[in-house]
Amino acid sequence: MTSKTILEVRGLTASVADVPILKGIDLAIRAGEVHALMGPNGSGKSTLAKVLVGHPAYQVTGGEVQFLGRDLFLLAPEERARAGLFLGFQYPIEVPGVSNSAFLRLAYNTVQGARGKDELDPLEFDDYVQDKLRLLDIHPAFLERSVNEGFSGGEKKRNEILQMALLEPVLAILDEADSGLDIDALRVVAHGVNRLRTPDNAVLLVTHYQRLLNHIVPDYVHVMDQGRIIETGDKELALDLESRGYDWVAQEYRARAAA
Amino acid sequence: MSTVLRNLVNQPYRHGFVTEIEAETAPKGLNEDIIALISSKKNEPQWLLEFRLKALRHWQTMAEPTWPNVKYPKIDFQDIIYYSAPKPKKKLASMDEVDPELRRTFEKLGVPLHEQKALAGVAVDVIFDSVSVTTTYKQRLAEVGIIFCSMSEAVRDHPELVRKYLGSVVPYTDNFYAALNSAVFTDGSFCYIPKGVRCPMELSTYFRINTQQSGQFERTLIVAEEGSYVSYLEGCTAPKFDTNQLHAAVVELVALDNAQIKYSTVQNWYAGDENGVGGIYNFVTKRGLCKGVDSKISWTQVETGSAITWKYPSCVLLGDNSIGEFYSVALTNHHQQADTGTKMVHIGRNTRSTIVSKGISAGQSNNSYRGLVKIGAKAERARNYSQCDSMLIGSLCGANTFPYIQVHNSSARVEHEATTSKIGEDQLFYFAQRGIGGEEAVSMIINGFCKDVFTQLPMEFAVEATKLLGLKLEGSVG
Repeated sequence: MTSKTILEVRGLTASVADVPILKGIDLAIRAGEVHALMGPNGSGKSTLAKVLVGHPAYQVTGGEVQFLGRDLFLLAPEERARAGLFLGFQYPIEVPGVSNSAFLRLAYNTVQGARGKDELDPLEFDDYVQDKLRLLDIHPAFLERSVNEGFSGGEKKRNEILQMALLEPVLAILDEADSGLDIDALRVVAHGVNRLRTPDNAVLLVTHYQRLLNHIVPDYVHVMDQGRIIETGDKELALDLESRGYDWVAQEYRARAAA
Repeated sequence: MSTVLRNLVNQPYRHGFVTEIEAETAPKGLNEDIIALISSKKNEPQWLLEFRLKALRHWQTMAEPTWPNVKYPKIDFQDIIYYSAPKPKKKLASMDEVDPELRRTFEKLGVPLHEQKALAGVAVDVIFDSVSVTTTYKQRLAEVGIIFCSMSEAVRDHPELVRKYLGSVVPYTDNFYAALNSAVFTDGSFCYIPKGVRCPMELSTYFRINTQQSGQFERTLIVAEEGSYVSYLEGCTAPKFDTNQLHAAVVELVALDNAQIKYSTVQNWYAGDENGVGGIYNFVTKRGLCKGVDSKISWTQVETGSAITWKYPSCVLLGDNSIGEFYSVALTNHHQQADTGTKMVHIGRNTRSTIVSKGISAGQSNNSYRGLVKIGAKAERARNYSQCDSMLIGSLCGANTFPYIQVHNSSARVEHEATTSKIGEDQLFYFAQRGIGGEEAVSMIINGFCKDVFTQLPMEFAVEATKLLGLKLEGSVG
C-alpha cells in the first residue's frame, strides 16, 4: 500500500520579474518521506521553495500543484501555512521590538485555530514551548528577545526549526537549513528535524551540500539544473554529487535529451 | 504597496460626526474688538484683556513660520471664527444639567460626563469648541487641595495663580501661534497641585472641535508645587469637514523643587480624507519648565490625527538635577504631514534628558522629526540621549530627521541614534508563512516598533493608543 500523497507538482513554470526560472517541474512527495533537492547555485531550488509557499515576488506561469488534494495556488500564503505547509527560511527576517514568544504564540494559535483546535494562553503556551526548546537545545532567554534580531546565523536557523516544531506542518520545506551552522549546531538542527518526523508528514530539504544528508537521511534526492529536475535517485546520488560535482549529471541529462 | 498594507491604513475616521447644537459664535475675523468681545463674554479682569491685546499687537508684527517641512495654502486669519460656545440653556448647577445633546456627543466619543460612569480614577475637563463643558471629580480633588478646573474658572476663582504663571513658560512673544493663542485663547484646563501632594487620580482634558469655521485655541496651565506629582492626559477629536480648521493651543507646565509632571497626549484630530481634503491644522506650543531642583517633566505623545501637525513639546531644565523626557509616536497616513519633535534646553547642572521618537509614515504622507538639544554654558555634566526611529509603510511616503545639537559645556554628554526601517513585503511574507495575516502582522510590527513609547503611557491610554494605531493603519498593507 502506498502512503498518502502530500504534494504533487506537475509541469510547474514560474518567473521572477518576467525572467523564467522554473521551466517545468514534476515532483510528488508522499507521507513519511524525506526528499532532498540539490543543485548548483541559481538552479532554481530556492525559487521552487518560495513559489510553493506563495512568495509575492514570484509569478506562476504554468502547471499545477496539489497540496493534500487542494489546488495550492487558490490559497493565499497564510492559508497555505495554516493548511500545514511550512518554509524554514534561508534568511529569516528580523522583526525589531516584537518578542519572539509573542510572535511564536500568535503563529501557533493562528495555525491551531485553523485546525479547529483550542488556542493556548501565554502560560499554557510557555509550558508547551519549553518542551520544544529542550528538543532543540535552545536557552529559554531566547523567547524574550526580538524575533531574529541580533541572532547569530545558527540561532536564526534554530528558531526556524523551533517554529516548525511548534506548528507541526504536514510538509516542511527547509531552505538551506544547514548554511552557517557549525557541526554541533548542525547535529542539533538535524536531530530536531528527525524527531519531528512522523508517518504522516514529510520534509523537503533544499541544500547545496551533502553533509546535512548524513544527519537527515533522504528517501529521494533530486538534482536541479536550469529550472528543471534533471535526475532523481536515492541517498547514494548525494554521495556521488559530493565526490564528482554536478557537471556529470547535467552532461548525462543533455545526452539523454539529445538521444 | 500590497493590498493588506493598503487596507490597513485606510480605516474610516470614527469621530467625524457633527453635533447639532445651538452655538453662540463671534463674527469671523481678528481685531481688538473681537478680543474685547471674547474678554467681556468671559467677564475677564482688566489685566487679562491687556495681556490679550499686547499679544494681538505683537502677533500683528509677526509672520507665519515657514521653516517646518510641511506644505499648505496660506491661512486667512480673518476668515476664522475665534469664539464659539454651545449656548447654555441656563446656568448649570450640576453636571446633570449639561445639554443632553452634548452629553450624547461625549458618550459617543467614549467620554462620559457623569462621574458615576466616568473612567475609574480619571478626572476629566471637557472642552467643546471654545468653552469648558464640565469638569468631573472637582470636589474630591479639592479635598486634597488640588485645583482642577477650566481656565475661565481659574481666572475667576484663582486669579493670583493664573496671573503669576500664565505666559511664564511660553511668553506671548515666543512664536507666531503662541502669540495668536495668547490673544484669543478661550478656554482650557488649569491644574494646581499643592506642595507635597501626589495627585490621587489621572487628570484629563478632552478637546472637541465642533463648529466648522471655528478654530480652537485652548490654553492649559499646570503648576506642580514642591514635592508634588501629577499625571495628566489629553485627548482630541473633531468632526469631518472638507475645510481645514486651525487648532493653536498653548500648554505650559511648571515643576518646582522635586515635583514631577507626566503629560500624555493621544491626538486624533480629523486628518482629512484620503485625498488630503479637510482636516485640522494642529499648530501647538507645549513647553514645560523644570524650575526647581530635582524636578521632572515627561511628555508622552501619540500623534495620529490632524492634516498637519507642528508641535515640539519641550523641556527647559533650569533646576539642577532636573530631568526632561519626551516619548513620541507620530503616525501619518494618506496626505498627512507632521513636523514634530522636542526641545531639551539644559541650563542647570547635572540635568538629564531622554528623547525617544518613533515616526511611522504610510500612504503619501510626510513625517519629520525635528529636535533641539541645547546644553548651556553652566549645564555642567548635562546628559542627553536621543533615539529617533522612522518606519515606512509603502513606497510613496517620506520620513526625515532634523536633529539640532548645540553644546556649550565640554563636560556634557550627548548621544543621538537614528534608524529607518520599512515594513516590506519580506517581513509581511515571513508572518504570512507562519499563518499570520497582513493586518495582524502590521499591527504586531508597529506595536513592537512603538513599545518603548507605549510603556510610558498610563494603562488605559496605552490600550487606546494601540487600538488607534491599528485602526489608523487598517487597509495600509497591500
